[in-house]
Formats: sequence, C-alpha cells, structure tokens
Amino acid sequence: MSEKHTHIEHRDDEASKLGMWLFIFTELLLFGGLFLVYSIFRSQYPTSFHEGSLELNVTIGALNTMVLLVSSMTIAMAITAIQKKNKKLTLILIGITLFLAFVFLVNKYFEWGAKFHHGLYPGSDLMELLDRGHHLYFSLYFFMTGLHALHIIVGMILLIITYVKVKNESIKHDHFVFLENGALYWHLVDLIWIFLFPLMYLIS
Amino acid sequence: MNNTEHVSFLEHQGKHKGILAWILSTDHKRIAFLYMYAIAAFFLVGAILGLLMRFELIAPGETIMKPQTYNGIFTVHGIIMIFMVVIPGLSAVFGNFFLPILIGAKDVSFPKLNLFSWYLFMFGSALAVASQFLKSGPPDTGWTFYAPYSTTTGTSVIIATTAAFILGFSSILTGLNFIVTVHRLRAPGMKFFNMPLFPWSLYATAWIQLLATPVVGITLLMLIAERLFGIGFFNPDLGGDPVLFQHLFWIYSHPAVYIMILPAMGVITEIIPTFCQKKVYGYKAIALSSLAIAGVGFLVWGHHMYTSGMSEQARWFFSLLTFIVAVPSAIKVFNWISTMYKGSIDMKPAFLFALAFIFLFMIGGLTGLILGSVATDIQVHDTSFIVAHFHYIIFGGMGFAFFAGLHYWFPKMYGRMYNFKRANFSVIALFVGFNLLYFPQFIIGVQGMPRRYFDYFPRFQWAQILSTIGGVILFIGLIVMIYNLVKAARSGEKAPANPWNGSTLEWQLPSPPSIENFDEDPVVKENPYDYN
Amino acid sequence: MSNNSPHITDYKVLAKVLLVLMFLTFVTIEITSIDLAAFTVTIALLVAGIKSFLVLSYFMHLKYENLLLKILVTMVFVLFIIIVLITFIDYSFR
Repeated sequence: MSEKHTHIEHRDDEASKLGMWLFIFTELLLFGGLFLVYSIFRSQYPTSFHEGSLELNVTIGALNTMVLLVSSMTIAMAITAIQKKNKKLTLILIGITLFLAFVFLVNKYFEWGAKFHHGLYPGSDLMELLDRGHHLYFSLYFFMTGLHALHIIVGMILLIITYVKVKNESIKHDHFVFLENGALYWHLVDLIWIFLFPLMYLIS
Repeated sequence: MNNTEHVSFLEHQGKHKGILAWILSTDHKRIAFLYMYAIAAFFLVGAILGLLMRFELIAPGETIMKPQTYNGIFTVHGIIMIFMVVIPGLSAVFGNFFLPILIGAKDVSFPKLNLFSWYLFMFGSALAVASQFLKSGPPDTGWTFYAPYSTTTGTSVIIATTAAFILGFSSILTGLNFIVTVHRLRAPGMKFFNMPLFPWSLYATAWIQLLATPVVGITLLMLIAERLFGIGFFNPDLGGDPVLFQHLFWIYSHPAVYIMILPAMGVITEIIPTFCQKKVYGYKAIALSSLAIAGVGFLVWGHHMYTSGMSEQARWFFSLLTFIVAVPSAIKVFNWISTMYKGSIDMKPAFLFALAFIFLFMIGGLTGLILGSVATDIQVHDTSFIVAHFHYIIFGGMGFAFFAGLHYWFPKMYGRMYNFKRANFSVIALFVGFNLLYFPQFIIGVQGMPRRYFDYFPRFQWAQILSTIGGVILFIGLIVMIYNLVKAARSGEKAPANPWNGSTLEWQLPSPPSIENFDEDPVVKENPYDYN
Repeated sequence: MSNNSPHITDYKVLAKVLLVLMFLTFVTIEITSIDLAAFTVTIALLVAGIKSFLVLSYFMHLKYENLLLKILVTMVFVLFIIIVLITFIDYSFR
C-alpha cells in the first residue's frame, strides 16, 4: 500500500526533534542504570575503587575528554554553518567531528590495549585473582567505557549519513533537522563522558 | 480518494497486494491488526501452557510432566504472557488503532518507525520462542531472570534475555511514537484537557515505556555480559550483589505493571460513559490520576523485595509509597462507579466485560494492599497468594479490559457485528472460570502453598482441583469468544457507524474507517463525553 | 521553535562555551588530585553537573527551545536522582 498519493507527506521538524530528545532520554536512563550500579558498588568498596582508578591513565582520559568536547563544539557549529547557508563549512565541521571521534577511538584502543597487555580484561585469569572491589571496578570500567565506545561508533555512522546528506543537499539551510538530531546524539555521547571521566579516572 | 464513495482501510488498494499490503503497510490501523493477530496467537500459546500447568497440578507428584519441564513451562508462560502479550497488548493494538483517531489525527507521528517496532516485536518474539527449542533447554529461571541463578544455570538464558531486550526496545519505540503523536498531532482546537481519556492513559503509559524500559535493558545487558565474559555484577562469587539485580529489575518491572494496567483503565473509561450515556464523572481527576500512577509507580519497586534482604528503612519506605499509589487507582474506580450512577445503562457485552474488570481489579487491588504492607507480605511472599493477586490484576485487569475493548471497538475495526448471545455466554464463562481458577489460590496461598512448585502437600489438592476445573471453564469461554469474533469478522452483519451511540471521535467515522481516517478536520468538543 | 523563528547560535558563543568546558575539566582534574576526603566526589559531580548543563543549554540548544522540552529534560534528571536516592535508602542502612 502506498502512502504517496493518499497520505499527505507532512513535514514536522518539531516532532522529529522531540522524538530525538525522547530517544536521548532512554539513552540517559540506559547509562543511568549503570551509574546507579557504579554508585552502589563504589559506596560499598570505596578503597578498591580508589586503587582501581589509580591504575587508569589520567592523561589519556583527559585527552579524550578534550577531544570529545571539541568535537561537540564543531558539530554544534555545523548547525550554525548550515543555517548560514555555508555548505562547505558545514561539511568541514562534520568532517572534523568525525576525525575527532576517530581519534577518541584510537586512544581508547591504546588504553584498552595496554590493559589487555597486562592481562587485565573481563574473564582473564588476572581478573579472577582480584578481590571483589577491584573485580567490580574493572568490570564496570570495561562495561561502561565499552558501551560508551559503542555509542561513539553509532554516532559516527549517524554523522557519516549526515555528511552524505549535506553533500547531496537533502540537508539544506531550511531543512536541517536530520543534522540537528545527529548533533543531539553526538552531544549525548559527550554528556555521558562528562560523568564517566571523573567517576572512572579521577575520584579518589 | 473519492469522497462520495467510502473505501475502508481494509479494502484500500495501494502499491502492494496480498499479504505485502499488510506487512509493508505503515497505516496505524493495519499495524494494529498485525499486532493483534500476533498477540492473539501468542496468547493462545501462553494460555495452553498455563492449562498444561494446571493439569500437572491437579494431583500431588508427577502427573503429566517432569519437574524440569514444569520449570521451563512456567518460565515460558511468564515470558510470553508478560513480554509478548500483556505489555504490548493494549497500547500496540488499541493504542495504535484508536489513539490517532481519538485525537483527530491521520496517523501517528512516525508511521515507519511504528512498522519498524512491529518487526522488532516479531523478531524478539521469534527469539523468545527459539530459546525454548535450543539444545541447552528452555530457560528455567522464571520470567524474572533472578540472579545469581540466571548467571549460572545451563539453560538458554542469553537468548531469552536478548529477546526481552529487543521486545523492550520495540516497546520504547511505540511509547516514543505515542508521546510525539499526542504532542504534535492533536486536531486543531483540541487541548490536552479536551482529549478523551484513553489517549490520556496511553500518554502516561508511553512515558513509563520510555523511561523505565532502558533500565531493564541495561540490566539484561549486564546479565548477558556476566554470562559471556564472567563480569561479576550480580553473582556473589564474583563480588556482585544479587539484590542489586532485583533493584534494577524491579525499577523497570514494577512500572511495567502500570504499562499493563493504565491502558486497561483507559479502555474501561471509554466504555463506561458510552453504555451509561452519561458524561464521565470527574474527567480531570481520571486524567491526572493516570499521570499520578505513572509518576508514583516509578518509586515503589521495592515492594517486590521485602524478603530479599533490604534494609528495614527501605522496607517501610517502599511500603508507604505503595499505599500512596493505591490512591489514584481508587480514584478511578470511584469515578467509574459514579459515572454509572443514574446513567441509562445498556448491558451490552462490552459493558459486562467492563463490569467484570472492575470487580476483578478491585479484588486484585485490595489483595495488593495485603502484599504492600511488610508484615503480611512476609507471610504470603512467594506463595500462590501472589500468583492469584497478579493474575487478578493482569488477567482480570488487563486481559478483561482487552476483551472489553475488543467487543467495544470490534464493529469499528471490522465493520461487522458479532453475536450478542455468544458474547454474553463467553463473558459469563470467562468470569466464572476465572474466579474459580484463581480465588482458591488465595486461600491455599495463605495456608502456605508455594508458587512455582511442581509438587505439594495433599491437603492443598481440593483447591488445585477447583482451579483446574476453573481453568477448563475459562478456556471454554475463550474458545467461544474467539469463535464468535472470528465468525463475525468473516460473515457478521454489517455494523453501523455508531452502534453504541458513542460520543468520541471514532464513532463519527464510517465503520471501518478510511485509510486517512478523517477526510476533513473533525469537530472537537469541549468535553469528549458530551451526551446532552 | 525551529519552524517559525530559527535561532542561530553564534560561533563565538559556542567557542566560549568550549573554553569554559575545558577550564572546568582542568578544575576537576586539579581538585580531585587534592585529598578533600568526602568532598571530592561532591565537587567532581557538581562540576560535571555544571558542564552537562552547559552542553545541554548551548550545544544542544535547549536554552532556545520551548518550555515543554526544558521541563521534560529536567524531569528525566530529577527522576534518575530520585531513583538513586531511594536505592540508597536500602544500601546505606544495611
């Protein structure tokens, strides 16, 4: 059954944006569940969590925070650029965002790689030997940063689609809700990292 | 489309033919039908499994199945009924069909997403069914997947939890769609407080679907990670905390109870004014109590965990909140009864179902208070008292509301009318069978009959026999009802546009409605239940 | 509302917000390296809260959105905080 001639294709950007926000709510609560688990276990094993966080590389963490913050700004600027009808700049800004996302993942790869190299990964013999608090800390570390990295990848796919759409002009200065939604998703990833970084790497 | 000649959505010819015209349709009414047929099939499977359990329990010891089979059957009965029937049931079927119509819209906000969530639903359901037939055996954890047993049992828990995760995602997308639809697509001039009350309840439900489901999603993901990688969140051997699993699980699953019952209340609120030909009593109170139930419903999950080792303080706190959530439910019951007062009541099958709903829901609700207070709960926790209680709420509540809605809206959906005599017979059979099946379980529950047990002491047998007889009567009622409706859908009399003299927008449309619902913008009344 | 009066956020505003965010990140790292006992967590979370507020308001344009959306976003965060607090009623009294 075709909607083309019967259903009037009506465009409602507000609806699309509201829908995206609602989806972001679900993502927030998805991670919210993890933060709840984190806070419970942290309150039960404060010293282990402290010692665990010392094992992490604050420099890489801080670097990745910067990377995400900058990428968040560039994608926000991309919206400004498209509103100002500057297609070229929009493409450049989305490109930078994608590049930074890639940098983040490379950093993450080296960070995880170092842990794996030391035999520290879920299910490893070393993990089995750790006491309860440490075990939980590293379980949460891998699970939370892993899920976050997964969201980065999803965000990158969204941004690549956005890039193509800007390029073939299906996203234009008067029709850019897809870019807005992609950007919202990207900010979500940033938002989660804002909490993840101090809780995992810093708080002692 | 030609305005002079009405073409219903059932006959509408589009790009695709045959079955493709259905499974590729983004029309909210066709999607509602897709859900309905799928859910009806799952419901029958679940009901047959339930009946098998009843036959097993007719006598102490082994009668027709082995204990491990019994464990598998009660688990899959729970998974099918909860995740595949009751949670999507009302909102995906009647919500999809009538939410846009009741608010004067042509479709939901995101029709393609709507179809996508049906595919997710079917995919998740297929996985859940597949988990039953894998070599490792059907999951035997119960539908709650309680850790640490679920992290260690050899049965196919991973597939079953993945299925629940996907079904949850489908539920989230439906909720998201409904919220945006209510905000963006109300007919011109229709404010929130001009909406009928079924959309109100769906709106409240959609918020729960949206905000609670992710929590169980992450919980199930953690459970899967724990099984796959030995990450120790919940298994105490690895440092985890099984009580935390229960917290996370019930943070979703208690609000999920309101995902089940809120739309049911909404359906009943549509039916009662129509068959009393009277304005609904306390419109605003009913509308706001839906939101109140949704809100407070988020905060009471701990009453499922009184005996799992929570702190004393948490127990009385959850108990207090639990009593508070009873208030808005009671407001609704009060308002339904007050709507009937001095109304010109027409005892049609749909109304009988609604009355049965109120009765069963009251019993379920009042026994809920017994479970809500810590002291009495500890006595009856994990006994068949619980089983009786939640079947009264879920089956007696949501199930009967579904049947009520089906009989209320059937002429609108199919454009045909069913046989009233057979419908009345099925109401009585279902009602009698239901009470005979579940009421004895309250009594032996108090006396100490545990739930989920394969075997029991001979002194409980009288009740188990009564229950099994009740189960058979209930099943006969079901068969008669389904036969009646299927027959009506194929060859029933043509139904008029407004057989019950209803006042809400769906009755102003022809039966069944056209593909676009409204050819011109509907006239919005100040109060949707204006019978004067 | 993007339909009738699209708000265009200035590049400079976004850049300034980024600078503040960078600065706050730096503050978090410095503060948490000093031992303030129980306050460390509070301060770190507070700063993270401010940062997310900035991201929400400026990067995600919430400041220029309608009231409904602002209320909804607040509601989600409040709901989450309440859930955490209630869970701790159990854990802190065990």
